[in-house]
Amino acid sequence: MMMTDTSISLPHGASLRRDGALERLRLFGLSSPALLLVLVVLVIPVGWLFYVSFIGANGQFSLENYERMIARKSYTRIFITTFQVSFLTTGLCILIGYPLAYFMSQLPSRWASLALITVLVPFWTSLLVRTYAWLVLLQKQGLINQWAISLGVWDEPIKIVHNMTGTLIGMVHIMLPFLILPVYNAMKAIDHDYLKAASNLGASPRRAFWTVFFPLSAPGLLAGSLMVFILCLGFFVTPAVLGGGKVIMVSMKIVSNIELFVNWGAASALGVVLLALTVAILWVASRFINVANLSGGGR
Amino acid sequence: MNRVLGLTLAATLLGSTAYAQEQTVTIASWGGSYQEAQSKALFEPAAANTGIVVKQETYGGMSDVRLQVSTGAVSLDIVASGSGSAARAAAEGLLEKLDYSVIDVSTFYPGLYTDYCVGGDVFSTVYAWNTATYGDDGPQSWADFFDVEKFPGTRAYRNKVAGALEPAMMALGVAHEDVYAELDSEEGIERALDKIRELKPNIDVFWSSGAQHAQLMKDGEVDMTTGWNGRFDNAAKDGAQVKYSYDQAMLDYDCFAIPKGAPNKDVAMAFLNEISKPEYQDDLPKYITYGPTNKAAYETGVITAEVAASLPSSPENAARQLPISLEWYAKWETIADEMYQEMLTE
Repeated sequence: MMMTDTSISLPHGASLRRDGALERLRLFGLSSPALLLVLVVLVIPVGWLFYVSFIGANGQFSLENYERMIARKSYTRIFITTFQVSFLTTGLCILIGYPLAYFMSQLPSRWASLALITVLVPFWTSLLVRTYAWLVLLQKQGLINQWAISLGVWDEPIKIVHNMTGTLIGMVHIMLPFLILPVYNAMKAIDHDYLKAASNLGASPRRAFWTVFFPLSAPGLLAGSLMVFILCLGFFVTPAVLGGGKVIMVSMKIVSNIELFVNWGAASALGVVLLALTVAILWVASRFINVANLSGGGR
Repeated sequence: MNRVLGLTLAATLLGSTAYAQEQTVTIASWGGSYQEAQSKALFEPAAANTGIVVKQETYGGMSDVRLQVSTGAVSLDIVASGSGSAARAAAEGLLEKLDYSVIDVSTFYPGLYTDYCVGGDVFSTVYAWNTATYGDDGPQSWADFFDVEKFPGTRAYRNKVAGALEPAMMALGVAHEDVYAELDSEEGIERALDKIRELKPNIDVFWSSGAQHAQLMKDGEVDMTTGWNGRFDNAAKDGAQVKYSYDQAMLDYDCFAIPKGAPNKDVAMAFLNEISKPEYQDDLPKYITYGPTNKAAYETGVITAEVAASLPSSPENAARQLPISLEWYAKWETIADEMYQEMLTE
């Protein structure tokens, strides 16, 4: 008697809520394969990485891998180099990529798709091939030095590879599409009537660009820059080949630690610190932009 | 009757399949002109004569073996290694003990085989110079290599400690026989590192592989480099303007080892015996200027007196060189390399 009473007297809203909860549970069940995948391919390996980084040379729990990073000055220097290269690459990509994306967004659509292909073709070419191509172009007896000398631009071969300059040239070339594509997407989504309206209200073309167009394209620019920056942090091949062994980034130190020490911990600890720094940057960045935009530009 | 016939048939079939089953070994080496030479002189002829099917791979050194052994997924049967890293890998327990009742080393030079690694070739770490910059009479000592006033120009140097400190010590005027005694402390190592620091502004490239230092000389990218003698001879054959000297060079050897838990361990042991025979080793100098580890290889008549005189292991050349000390590397390599990596990032 009591039972029926409660079920009858159950407010309509509550039963709806209960249905809602059941529904959510079912939907959650549907997404479980995806969650399982994330668990298997992301959470477990990263957790393992954390665990291994606390294992010392003797196989016991130890902080030695982290202590070494503090005691040895080279680790700080390597992290500084890594961030320096990443910042400079991102900055150069913005300086080159933004105007280029703007130019492409103003082209008639047929020409724009042609321009887009010229951006994408290098994007689809093997990274290793492009890096070695730069080595051939930039070295002392390379094409650029030979042409410049025969044209009288400079007299002696200049050093543009096996150093920071060469590394940056290679990395900017490889990273440009990652910046151009989201920026171009964001720019294509801007309604040109806004700019017309601005002119109508008396804004000069420059004013219209900076107060209307640029802010509207900014989410794409931020998303692209962040993507470039974070990809740069883990870069290996290009600095290893074009840096002449002198531009040492974290990924290269990870490799040399694996060869040097008889345990995985020394390398894992570096991976953990790099991951932590990357997450910290993403977190700071997420306070300024919507990280979800990373995938599709600022629409 | 029928049943007996069937059994016999089955037995024959089983027997013949067992017989037809191929014996294979997977060998990993360093690639480039080095592995090509090994392949032509050792692996291919030995495979043809024994019927053992050889699969060749390139690998990144003992760290690959460590990964395979520690995960229990060993795919390599034989690896070519530097003597020093093989000694370290053996100490870590990554290698199978070699069975010298199978592998015949009776005519080997003493000291060119260990319990875990049997010598394959003798090579030298030398200084090489660009003959377009310095002519045929380039540097004659490590002191010259480190002297940028006498020999102005750019240098390349190794990005790891192996073979990097001894030249600095010799450039400081330390005699061959005292080099390892001087390096037997952190202060000694630091002294050698300071010498390299002095040269560092003139070091354009810290190389990471033999193929790379050969390419650097071929392209004229640097004027002098350290490196492995055979790679320079092969680069010169390709038109590079490069020469090197055995004076104060470092004499070392490469060897073959079997990773712990190799899938075809017994076949690998038999194959190592085959490629250690003089009739294979005497062909190696045809493809790369590395000397044999088996003394008998000099007696087959294949290595001419002229070729023998050009090899790192010829008595005359060997006398001018510093033999690498495996004991020093076993004791100091990890510490010294950490200090070396510090120097690189300064």
